[in-house]
Amino acid sequence: MANATIASPTATTISGRRYGSMSRDRKWALRWSYFFLVLFAIFFLTPPIYMFITSLKTSAEISAESNPWWVYSPTLANYIELLTQNTYLTFFRNSAIVAVLTVIITMAISVIAAFALARMKFWGSATLATGVFLTYLIPETLLFIPLFKMFAWVNETFDIQLMNHWWTLIILYPTLTVPFCTWIMIGYFASIPKELDEAALIDGATWIQTLTKIFIPVALPGIIAATIFCFTVAWAQFLYPLAFTTSTTELVLPVGIVTTLIKGDVFNWGQIMTGALLGAAPPLIIYAFLMDYYIAGLTAGATKG
Amino acid sequence: MADIAARGAVTATGSSRSSLHKLMQRKSTIAFLMALPLIVLILTLVAYPAGYAVYLAMLNKGMTRFVGFGNFDFLFGRETFWMVVYQSCLFAITAVIFKAIIGFVVAHFVHNIPSKGQRKWRGMLLVPWVIPPAMSTLAWLWLFDPSYSAFNWILAGFGIDRIPWTGETGWARFSVILVNVWIGAPFFMIMYLAALKSVPEQLYEAASIDGATWWQRIWYVTLPMMRNIIAITALFSLIVTFANFDIVRVLTKGDPLNTTHVFATWAFRVGIESGDIPLGASVSLFMVPILAVAATFILRDITKRGSEV
Repeated sequence: MANATIASPTATTISGRRYGSMSRDRKWALRWSYFFLVLFAIFFLTPPIYMFITSLKTSAEISAESNPWWVYSPTLANYIELLTQNTYLTFFRNSAIVAVLTVIITMAISVIAAFALARMKFWGSATLATGVFLTYLIPETLLFIPLFKMFAWVNETFDIQLMNHWWTLIILYPTLTVPFCTWIMIGYFASIPKELDEAALIDGATWIQTLTKIFIPVALPGIIAATIFCFTVAWAQFLYPLAFTTSTTELVLPVGIVTTLIKGDVFNWGQIMTGALLGAAPPLIIYAFLMDYYIAGLTAGATKG
Repeated sequence: MADIAARGAVTATGSSRSSLHKLMQRKSTIAFLMALPLIVLILTLVAYPAGYAVYLAMLNKGMTRFVGFGNFDFLFGRETFWMVVYQSCLFAITAVIFKAIIGFVVAHFVHNIPSKGQRKWRGMLLVPWVIPPAMSTLAWLWLFDPSYSAFNWILAGFGIDRIPWTGETGWARFSVILVNVWIGAPFFMIMYLAALKSVPEQLYEAASIDGATWWQRIWYVTLPMMRNIIAITALFSLIVTFANFDIVRVLTKGDPLNTTHVFATWAFRVGIESGDIPLGASVSLFMVPILAVAATFILRDITKRGSEV
């Protein structure tokens, strides 16, 4: 300690003022960085934190004139009421089934197709790869009206009612997830050295074996990233369920909360915030545990943003 | 597959060329079959509806008669339509610019701090992107509540009058853009952070030896090195923001007086809620030009990168 105090003045005098000012600059740069990061963190985290604060309040406290940023008498009543209420659990169940099945269907279609496109070139495969990317750029807001009409036509011709069933969403969601997942899987597969699958083929492996025994294990990080992306998109999708489902028993979470918990002008904000927070929980939990995969997926294909 | 190989070996004694040819054919057939579900999905649920939208847009309301450009003619004559065009462009362009600036600035701050703490900050700052937009917009709706707004409560502490966040045209437009920036800026931050990490440290060292100020370092080193990723991220975001639905739908539903409607929400209002499918389809088709331009630029960049690698 004594050494250090002696050493530091000599160091500054020897190397001159320049060195001292640079390290002081750096220190200040660091302080400013932290200062602004805290500011931005407040901006980015205020809504979710406020959701949590409100979810702990009673309706009486919400409409009181007291400080809205503080909970005076915390209660779990909103959580208990929602989780014992059948409609909310139905939304949750529908969302979970739709999201999981979407993930399974998407991964099955896109991993196999990406393998074919990345390794087993066929006539038009390059064009198809570009086409896959283009379809990824077509937003769902452009497609929902023609799809609406197409479903009506299916009902008239084949007598299959696609409208107002939660399972219809399983047909629709892959259109949002398959192009992107195929695209990033093509990228991951293309980065696997050719020698690996050539060796397997020489050893007499079939194409399917090459895929399951070599490509899937090697590209596992990519597959996890794609799966997370897929789940998040399926869980968050709002437009399709809003357009295609209406009965309370067929709704998924985002639409269910927006349409059933908001009744006319009577907003029960405690419950709405609780419902939204619980609805946001599954993606947040996945993100908390698999953050690196999540971010890898984001940066891999220059995701929608 | 094993018996194919065996057969190949048998015929190889005959004519090795034709059997090889057969095998090749076989491989491409398998590949095509493997890609078939993808092709079917894209054709029936993306490509066909996209084309069908164009046809739908040319029918009359009852979808019984072909009216050509009648719907477009009708739209051009409506004041609301031009307001939607204006608001869509204002919304998308302003939001993308602010997302890019905030993302760039925050990425810099995260990059500045010791790498030990970066993971934690990055994780925290990406939260808005992870929450489903419909749910987080509900939180904003509650923060903007006309009578219980928590923001107004804070502002009242500073003696500022209550702000009609979603009640007045100007403020409502500001609010939808603010929420969009809040959701999208973390994504830009992640992309720019990844780009910042890829800039070689030597360039900065060389610049500071030459006596460059921090501003010059950003202008002459960072920005040129990140140009590609900045452009790509902004173009992607432009597409998605332009086609945005969730935020406006939950926050304002297009109110007050349709001034915050964007193409997607107005198409929904006209096409699904008012039941005029052809008119809704023609409204949504107006998103195509800007999407096509952005997509062309993105595709050009991607094929360029592809040929470089």
